[in-house]
Amino acid sequence: MTEFDTIAAISTPMGEGAIAIVRLSGDEAVEIADRIFRSPSGKRLRDVPSHTIHYGHIIDPKSGRIVEEVMVSVMRAPKTFTREDVVEINCHGGFVSVNRVLQLVLANGARLAEPGEFTKRAFLNGRIDLSQAEAVIDLIRAKTDRAMNVALQQMEGRLSKLIRELRQTILETLAHVEVNIDYPEYDDVEEMTPRLLREKAEYVRGQIEKLLLTAAQGKILREGLATVIIGRPNVGKSSLLNALAHENRAIVTDIPGTTRDVIEEYVNVRGVPLRLIDTAGIRETEDVVERIGVERSRQMLKRADFILLVLNYHEPLTEEDERLFAMIEGMDAIVIVNKTDLPQRIDMGRVKELAGGRPIVATSLLHEQGIDELEKAIADLFFGGELEAGDLTYVSNSRHIALLEQAKQAIEDALAGIDAGVPIDLVQIDLRRAWELLGEIIGDTVHESLIDQLFAQFCLGK
Amino acid sequence: MDYHGGTYDVIVVGAGHAGCEAALASARIGAKTLVITLNLDMIAFMPCNPSIGGPAKGIVVREIDALGGEMAKNIDKTYIQMRMLNTGKGPAVRALRAQADKVLYQREMKKTLERQENLTLLQGKVERLIVEDGVCKGVITHTGAHYYAKAVVITTGTFLRGEIIIGDIKYSSGPNNQQPSIKLSEHLEELGFELVRFKTGTPPRVNSRTIDYSKTEIQPGDEEPRAFSYETTTYITDQLPCWLTYTTEETHRIIDENLHLSPMYSGMIKGTGPRYCPSIEDKVVRFHDKPRHQIFLEPEGRETEEVYVQGLSTSLPEHIQRKLLETIPGLEKAQLMRAGYAIEYDAIVPTQLWPTLETKLVKNLYTAGQINGTSGYEEAAGQGIMAGINAAHRALGREEIILSRSDAYIGVLIDDLVTKGTNEPYRLLTSRAEYRLLLRHDNADLRLTELGYRIGLISEERYQKFLAKKEAIEREKKRLQTVIIKPTPQVQEVIREAGGSELKDGIRAADLLRRPEMTYEHIRKLVPADEEIAPEVAEQIEIQIKYEGYIQKSLQEVERLKKMENKKIPEDIDYDAIQGLATEARQKLKQVRPLSIAQASRISGVNPADISILLVYLEQGRIARVSNE
Repeated sequence: MTEFDTIAAISTPMGEGAIAIVRLSGDEAVEIADRIFRSPSGKRLRDVPSHTIHYGHIIDPKSGRIVEEVMVSVMRAPKTFTREDVVEINCHGGFVSVNRVLQLVLANGARLAEPGEFTKRAFLNGRIDLSQAEAVIDLIRAKTDRAMNVALQQMEGRLSKLIRELRQTILETLAHVEVNIDYPEYDDVEEMTPRLLREKAEYVRGQIEKLLLTAAQGKILREGLATVIIGRPNVGKSSLLNALAHENRAIVTDIPGTTRDVIEEYVNVRGVPLRLIDTAGIRETEDVVERIGVERSRQMLKRADFILLVLNYHEPLTEEDERLFAMIEGMDAIVIVNKTDLPQRIDMGRVKELAGGRPIVATSLLHEQGIDELEKAIADLFFGGELEAGDLTYVSNSRHIALLEQAKQAIEDALAGIDAGVPIDLVQIDLRRAWELLGEIIGDTVHESLIDQLFAQFCLGK
Repeated sequence: MDYHGGTYDVIVVGAGHAGCEAALASARIGAKTLVITLNLDMIAFMPCNPSIGGPAKGIVVREIDALGGEMAKNIDKTYIQMRMLNTGKGPAVRALRAQADKVLYQREMKKTLERQENLTLLQGKVERLIVEDGVCKGVITHTGAHYYAKAVVITTGTFLRGEIIIGDIKYSSGPNNQQPSIKLSEHLEELGFELVRFKTGTPPRVNSRTIDYSKTEIQPGDEEPRAFSYETTTYITDQLPCWLTYTTEETHRIIDENLHLSPMYSGMIKGTGPRYCPSIEDKVVRFHDKPRHQIFLEPEGRETEEVYVQGLSTSLPEHIQRKLLETIPGLEKAQLMRAGYAIEYDAIVPTQLWPTLETKLVKNLYTAGQINGTSGYEEAAGQGIMAGINAAHRALGREEIILSRSDAYIGVLIDDLVTKGTNEPYRLLTSRAEYRLLLRHDNADLRLTELGYRIGLISEERYQKFLAKKEAIEREKKRLQTVIIKPTPQVQEVIREAGGSELKDGIRAADLLRRPEMTYEHIRKLVPADEEIAPEVAEQIEIQIKYEGYIQKSLQEVERLKKMENKKIPEDIDYDAIQGLATEARQKLKQVRPLSIAQASRISGVNPADISILLVYLEQGRIARVSNE
């Protein structure tokens, strides 16, 4: 049914232009956008007139957190490029947040568009001139050839093996439910109870979560962990930056054209790529006295995956330090207590309390002490102290991530059903959906296999 | 001696479960219909289980009834036991099953056929079809009679080149030692049809007087009166029980020791048997660790002592069958009345059919039932009624009727057959239906009565009753969606008793009903309706409100399916003229010739890219016709 669902993609070229657009097309375009859009005035996209543009925020409906500040245009069929309902989300926060917006759109029901698919739809809906038909077919064919290559690579990969195993678990469970339904009188088949089903569903959810975690890690490996160094003036932020940069040969990148004009530097710490954000800011403000301080940190934190909070060993904790801790509540962070070459004036007990279990590393950056410990702490935090970068099967493809997210949602629905006392054969619908979604990842959705499983697993018949 | 036997609108060949429905539907629609069968005493005969219904199959029977067919009514008049299955599960998988009085069932059906206006019954053996320029114009019997018709339906079951096998004995025969149909099979091959060889089997029958029932467990019918047909109002209360026993280690030892005598394992049987209906030797070999298998003892009727030994289907030699019976508790002294056997037969590769069940090769020729590679009376009857409707409509110049996968199990069945084909005798399972929550036992009338009425198989009286029921459901649903239940002490009491948590605020009745512990009975007590609510209306309200979320989800999927179904593919499309299709997809598309993009997408070997290309071409065709010289 791939021809009629709602598709989405980033429709501006990567690395160019100040604004990036996530475009959706299809029957559910407006509804999907509406699920993740909040307007300050409270208006809903589904109510707005066609061909209008609206200011607001993209939020993650699960956490309620703001992801991006956007302008959204709503264009209803048929007067659109594809002759379907089209929504364009204009983002200005650089590629990371545009990607996040896309992921949210995908997690909420859209499918990632194949190359040329918007054009194809435009054609199918009679929008494009006939002479372009051949070009469209070439595109489709080229896409499948490419997809075949990707599929081949995945066949050998651990990802497909993991997904296959997971699907088999679900399939056995489904077959078990089915056999209870189609052969209600066969007493030697154990009845699938809600408790048993819950066990299976929870196991599958756990596995999918693990895979999604590797997705997050995979993304970090590719894009770098967005890292922000914060701290009061003169605690040693730029020394820390220099220490990490000098040790690890920083690559300074300049992304022009984005509205925030941020300078980012990449450093690789024991296999963990850190993308240090706003290094320019640190370099400017550290020398100029406390100009922007906390306010600037607050801005940066919005975009961070990971925080390095620097404190001064030689000074008592200030109110500003406490405010910084409050700002990074719930985020991944390492606390660095710098200047251990000077006499202690800081209350370490209080620091521990504020850190709330997050690692604390003592350094004297001036004397290049404690840097090893810091690097180790960073690596431990990311790899959980167990994993090596080369070991993991990373889920990297946006389509795969979206499918995994949807599969996880289907499992959540199944679990919610079990909790609400819904009959097993209905809960099974969601479980089956998860099985199909996982199948889409590896290109295997053959319906017959459930029936094969049924007869392989159980002894049935007259 | 060749002679002209007569001219009809529709001829039905065969009067089994498919043939009876086809003939009745055709005649009732108003087509002058002839039904020819090998033996008039074997109309609607049950060569295997004396039972009708069960999961998925029972729903098919309800669907046949909603379309104006006969199977439901006939079993309602002749059952010896009725049970609702899966009552502990959700509404989507509940299903009725009846044990039939085999003889009465036949007699009743014969009577109905005999008394049907527009319908002629004839004993005879059809050996050839009259085909001119790829169009079927009639049939020729073994006596040389030529019967002409505008459409012909073949429903010959397992008779085509049938061969019975017991141990090392093999002989040409239809089921239960009836005459096989050999020439017709050869003729179909001559016409160019691709046939496959399938196999099925049946267990031994024993005399009830020689069974020691004290060693078995009783399996009674339901106390609550139930019926398949929406029109049935009287119920048979005097029910007969079935009995349950088990195979023993001794049974399995005998099978192991004599496996070399089984034609399945000696290589004598080449046909493909169904996995869901394995012989006892199959079960013992494939599931060797299982210490015992269930055996159900099912009476074949009220006027006979014959008992069907369900679970012991076998083609082992007769003397081994006797030995097996001796090892089963309760059957130690059982007298064997008929030996079990395997039967091999020809079936048509069903991808040679359009979804109307008309063959692609010969126009105006339809096939239905086991000849299409299915198994089961209900599957046969479901195809029979559809083939009968379409043949009559062809004869009378009316529209084609195709049920979608979201309309009925019959739609799933036929679509699976003509789109995917089958490599074993096809049985319906609930898991074959992707929208089974919509295809329920309880709502078959809501799904299909409208259609049955439109084609003239549902009476005006029944239709008016149906409309009244539909309106009553809507009225009551609407009421529950508006009326507010307030947290009065009485309300809290009812909720507490049901095991729920008390209300904090007023709540709409429909929302309260959605709580897992609440039933429509509770709600009705709290906010009584002004009118009398019939039990079947109450059932709909409860299901439709309680499972609304799941039903909505299914309906959304159906929406998407419908869009793809609406993208029609012309019958004469030339797949060779379409560039970019993968070779396998091209071959499959040429073979199946799907009528819509939805059907095309279900063909194995046709991948999404091929569908896209097909769509591009279809779009092109809308403007500048696909070339098909």
